[in-house]
Amino acid sequence: MIQLFLRDIGLSVRSGGGFGLALIFFLIVVTLIPFALGPDQAALAVIAPGVLWLGALLACLLSLDRIFGLDYEDGTLDLLATSPLPPEAVYIAKAAAHWLTTGLPLSLAAPVLGVLLNLNFETGKILCLSLLLGTPALSLIGAFGASLTLGVKRGGLLLSLLVLPLYVPSLIFGAQAVRLAAQGLAYDVALVLLSAISLGAAAILPLASGAALRINLR
Amino acid sequence: MMPDLGKYALEVNSSYAMSLLALAVITGLYVRRSRAVKRALAAQEAAQDA
Amino acid sequence: MNNRPIAPRFWDRFWRLANPKVFMGWSGRLLPWIAAAAALSLCTGLTWGYFLTPDDMRQGSTVKIIYLHVPAALMAINGYLLMFVGALVWLIRRQHVSVLAAKAAAPVGMVMTLIALATGAIWGQPMWGTYWVWDPRLTSFLILFLFYVGYIALWAAIEDEDTAADLTSVLAIVGAVFAMLSRYAVLFWNQGLHQGTTVTVADGAKQENISNVFFQPLLLSMAGFGLLFLTLLLVGTRMEVRSRRLKVLQARERME
Repeated sequence: MIQLFLRDIGLSVRSGGGFGLALIFFLIVVTLIPFALGPDQAALAVIAPGVLWLGALLACLLSLDRIFGLDYEDGTLDLLATSPLPPEAVYIAKAAAHWLTTGLPLSLAAPVLGVLLNLNFETGKILCLSLLLGTPALSLIGAFGASLTLGVKRGGLLLSLLVLPLYVPSLIFGAQAVRLAAQGLAYDVALVLLSAISLGAAAILPLASGAALRINLR
Repeated sequence: MMPDLGKYALEVNSSYAMSLLALAVITGLYVRRSRAVKRALAAQEAAQDA
Repeated sequence: MNNRPIAPRFWDRFWRLANPKVFMGWSGRLLPWIAAAAALSLCTGLTWGYFLTPDDMRQGSTVKIIYLHVPAALMAINGYLLMFVGALVWLIRRQHVSVLAAKAAAPVGMVMTLIALATGAIWGQPMWGTYWVWDPRLTSFLILFLFYVGYIALWAAIEDEDTAADLTSVLAIVGAVFAMLSRYAVLFWNQGLHQGTTVTVADGAKQENISNVFFQPLLLSMAGFGLLFLTLLLVGTRMEVRSRRLKVLQARERME
């Protein structure tokens, strides 16, 4: 399981993997926002929390179909299915690798990009924290969606359709926490609820996703 | 006999029209597809019995 | 207690109703009656609501939209609940009819959600001054709509029927959990946005004090929407059972 985890990280860091792509996508989204909404500093500061969260979420979405897609095509997943490793463990390893290569770098990059949107440093710290707590749920839900659409040819669009509604609670609590922090209000409830979703997803989704993998590989 | 709907006539009428249309469309679709499948199945069964 | 031997026998009989052949029998016999009852109560309820109810003092004639809006919203939620139960029964007991019922329920539920959203928007324009408010209830319904779309899309995308049934069932169950979660998340989100100024107060108060003049036709059209949903559900499930049998026969023919 740990080997699988390390192998996945290695694959995504190598060229052609999703590692740099998600970060660059995130940067481009943040760059485009002022072009669309005008360079007014005060207005940008107001929308920055939401935009940064949304950008991170979309960047996460980009690399989802790679989680299982390549392994399914070249037969690695069939091999894994015959190995003693349960599909739940495969799912956890894959989701963890996805988080480490997208969620974590995105969280660390977000405060830096926040500077571009006139987000102050204090709020940037909360943004980073909220992303750290929230992106595990994004990776877990995303890997679940990927395991559902495994056998579907060109399932990228379908995957987004299935996964985006599931992202709603995380997005609400995450952006809310940063917004409250920006206004100087108490944000701890939102952060607690955000982590609750991540933990809940980590508890329930391995079962659902393991079932989906078994169904797809039988 | 039309009831007097006052200044909101457009709103009320359009929502009734839209809802009834939507219900009619989904009902029509279900009935049509169900008939088509029923016919196809009957044909298939007849062909296989013969 | 002598009801112990009875209970298993009851459940045996209950599950026998879901045997495809038995299901086709009883649903075929029941369908005309349910369809007739649906048509009758829907026509009476809506005609009563449209022609024979007085205008509300504050809302004028727009109060008549309630006879569409509330029943549609009710069936939109119950439709998803039904899909959830159907998916659960399929995964646990492998009853084909239950998953086919869930499949048949989805498009109807989606249309009900659309009706609820559209009539709500039309009612909102004169009453709230805007077609759309990011109010908890409205937002939850929009998310519910997305869940319906995702479920239907997944059914359409997977070729193998049993795989599709399994995967959509997993999705329906996870989706139900997240739909509940979204409901509460949205409440939290909106409270944080406009503290204390909720537009739904008018909606809620109206339902509290709703008088019999409005309530009786509303009840009737609720029954009508429910029966119509049931009719379409049976029609759709019967169609799916037949189409499944058709595919089996075609496959057998190819084998020979």
